[in-house]
Amino acid sequence: MKKLALSDEILLSVEKPSRYIGQEYNSYNKEFNEYPVRVAFCFPDVYDIATANLGMQIIYEQFNRRPDAMCDRVYSPWIDLDRIMREKQIPLFAVESQRPVRDFDFLLITLQYEMCYTNVLQVLDLSGIPLHSEERTEEDPIVIGGGACAYNPEPIAAFFDVLYIGESETRYDEMVEVYKKAKQDGLSRTEILKQLANLEGLYVPRFYDVTYREDGTIASFSGIVPDVPEKIRRQAADMRDDTLPYPMKPIVPFTRGMMDRATLEVMRGCIRGCRFCQAGMIYRPTRNRSLDFLKKAAVSMLESSGYEEINLSSLATSDYSDFAELTEFLIPYCNAHKINVGIPSLRIDAFSLDVMDKIQDVKKSSLTFAPEAGSQRLRNVINKGLTEEEILSGAAEAFKGGWRRVKLYFMLGQPFETDEDVKDIAVLSDKIARVYYETVPKEKRQGRVEITPSTSFFVPKPFTPFQWAKMDRPEEFLRKAHLLKDTLKEQLNQKSISYRYHDEVQTELEGLFARGDRRVSAAIEAAYRKGCIFDAWSEYMKPELWKEALAENGISLDFYNYRERSVDEILPWSFIDVGVHPSFMKQEWENAKNGVVTPNCRENCSKCGAARYPGGVCYENQM
Amino acid sequence: MKIRCKFQKTDHLKFIGHLDVMRTFQKIMRRADLDIQYSAGFSPHQKMTFATPLGLGAVSTGEYMDVELGNCPSKQELIDRINAVSVPELAVLDASLLPDDAKNAMSLIAAADYEVRFREGKGPEDAARFFDDLVRFYEAPEIIVTKSTKKNQVEVDLKKQIRKLKAENGVLFMQVDTGSASNLKPELVLSTYFDSIGREFAPTDVEVKRTELYGEGEEGLKPLLEFGNPEF
Ligand code: SF4
Repeated sequence: MKKLALSDEILLSVEKPSRYIGQEYNSYNKEFNEYPVRVAFCFPDVYDIATANLGMQIIYEQFNRRPDAMCDRVYSPWIDLDRIMREKQIPLFAVESQRPVRDFDFLLITLQYEMCYTNVLQVLDLSGIPLHSEERTEEDPIVIGGGACAYNPEPIAAFFDVLYIGESETRYDEMVEVYKKAKQDGLSRTEILKQLANLEGLYVPRFYDVTYREDGTIASFSGIVPDVPEKIRRQAADMRDDTLPYPMKPIVPFTRGMMDRATLEVMRGCIRGCRFCQAGMIYRPTRNRSLDFLKKAAVSMLESSGYEEINLSSLATSDYSDFAELTEFLIPYCNAHKINVGIPSLRIDAFSLDVMDKIQDVKKSSLTFAPEAGSQRLRNVINKGLTEEEILSGAAEAFKGGWRRVKLYFMLGQPFETDEDVKDIAVLSDKIARVYYETVPKEKRQGRVEITPSTSFFVPKPFTPFQWAKMDRPEEFLRKAHLLKDTLKEQLNQKSISYRYHDEVQTELEGLFARGDRRVSAAIEAAYRKGCIFDAWSEYMKPELWKEALAENGISLDFYNYRERSVDEILPWSFIDVGVHPSFMKQEWENAKNGVVTPNCRENCSKCGAARYPGGVCYENQM
Repeated sequence: MKIRCKFQKTDHLKFIGHLDVMRTFQKIMRRADLDIQYSAGFSPHQKMTFATPLGLGAVSTGEYMDVELGNCPSKQELIDRINAVSVPELAVLDASLLPDDAKNAMSLIAAADYEVRFREGKGPEDAARFFDDLVRFYEAPEIIVTKSTKKNQVEVDLKKQIRKLKAENGVLFMQVDTGSASNLKPELVLSTYFDSIGREFAPTDVEVKRTELYGEGEEGLKPLLEFGNPEF
């Protein structure tokens, strides 16, 4: 039995002590001392949220399946334990080995959402690792960031030795090899970083310098040591390869986390090209996993975990090429074993309704549409290829099949949005309600139809055609939300419609972090020093402290959020070659202005540039 | 077939709450591919009941659950299959086959055995002497304490709820009433004594270990396992 890093007394005084003890079924529990390369993998949020993350499970598998490496897990201690660890100066530890994070060779931190940035500092600080890359010594692990937020790494560049721009499957094995050799050769930390900087996709911020113009925009971005690449090329995995690491035997947490289920990633990327969507661009091209692999993975995950639910995950599962075959296999298997199949991100049509009908335990709870915009005009602007016709006929089919709850997702504040577009959200909601009363005869109705439109506030993201757009100010967001509310009250079926909107407090900061540059890091550090952590949790987010931190560091939201950028501007992330060509983004930005729809990858390839990656939709018609 | 399993919950598993133990066993049944029966109805659940929850922080070598299986392998195979897909700290130790009309463990339960120790570096310097004194304190004919329930306050005589109490080498053993009719938590036995000597009792200073659960049989207390047939 391993000695725990925390005493019984401490563990019994905090909420959910099982977050900190490891020992979960299917965890590797490799012995720290027996492996030359030790990786601490961190999801900078509380255990319950973190364990649900598939990316984390993939990386955990990827390192642990190597005979020369061990990978352990690190999470943000929750607020109660955070306080105790600071008070008693207990160093942060990894949960399986219970060893201090600082003892590891690598600390990998996954950046899944911008609001985790102060938690990154929390993890470094509690580990006793200097916050800034240049201050670290041979005693410190090499700190690497990855994940979706790494695609604009600049606001947090100062805190990382390396940022990896790409999918883990591609380059991490090579990184271990380079590191091992470098260690054998007795290279210094800086020399190791130089070698890593020459691996494709790995960015070492301290080897580059940025200069600014008087107006605050970037004048230049360039290497300051010899032989570092000018551009960082994003790395993407060839998903046809069934030997890629995958959590075939997923870790089963004792405590029910956010998701008590197995996750089956059917494909990566999306063919649709919505102009606001970062995932739809940075994971191009759409790449299917093989049907064979998915069948094997599903059975292995379910048998080895005992989960009662499996979730098919992707950005748009209906677009998976072998979707029909997959469900034909999976649904009978799951029904026989009393396993629930969750298929979010389904396009609602006759076929998917039929699939859902076959899932035994489906509770016809609610149907989900994500039109994102209320009017067809605005849907053309954002290139959301979902027509009113499709929504209404999908809803009609569903109502006939016994559904009566509909969730609708919209965004407020997208570029070129007018008040009419906002009001149209109410009109569309009402139309769907009308469809219900038109299609379902009185005697068959099991109560009133329930339409739940909800809105979030649009935040422009790097590597999207909207990366140049101006964001709405919080007042504007709220005005639009109220306008929508008032318009809903005028609708015939207003009693069947209940509207929710997401908080706007975090939106401003999310916007800043998403498109910020290196100068933003000082404000993040200042906010952390003032006591900001767990900003992703609205109840713990401290807007006042953030306001102070931004002001003290001269960070103006007008500059970062509330101006339209010129397409000629050097963006903080311009040094990254994401595969989708900047000229495609520009053309899409133009198309948005003109309300011109771009066909999806299967209808017609737009030659976006992502065809340089193998195994994707770009080659489907040539096979 | 109704099977009663005796299991342990030791070491770090003391930090896993009762609900999570239940969920974990549900997954274990599925991993072991046992023919566990499900309740009928809209959201079927496994037919599995637990004798009584164990407090967070306590360990046990005497926990019980009853499960209903369609097809049941031999006892040894059942135990092996469960333990092969669990962690060693949550292992089935023994099992018995219950008659079809058997009452479930929860309703049978009448008493429990506990061992109490001070955690490393906690408690009085001379734990052995401390526990000896405690046992002596409980030699009084009655020990009345006021327990507050949700509704009101009631006076109870702890002596009536303590069936056995002894100290050996710094370990306190007790057998106390457990269950819906009469229930005494080992912590109350300790805190009452602490109060009597004017000291404060910190529950995290001691480690409580449950070692057996009993039901009231025709000839007195009987470990829960013995209500079924040990051979199957
Ligand atoms: S190259 Fe064509 S098919 Fe491939 S991702 Fe780009 S637009 Fe889609």
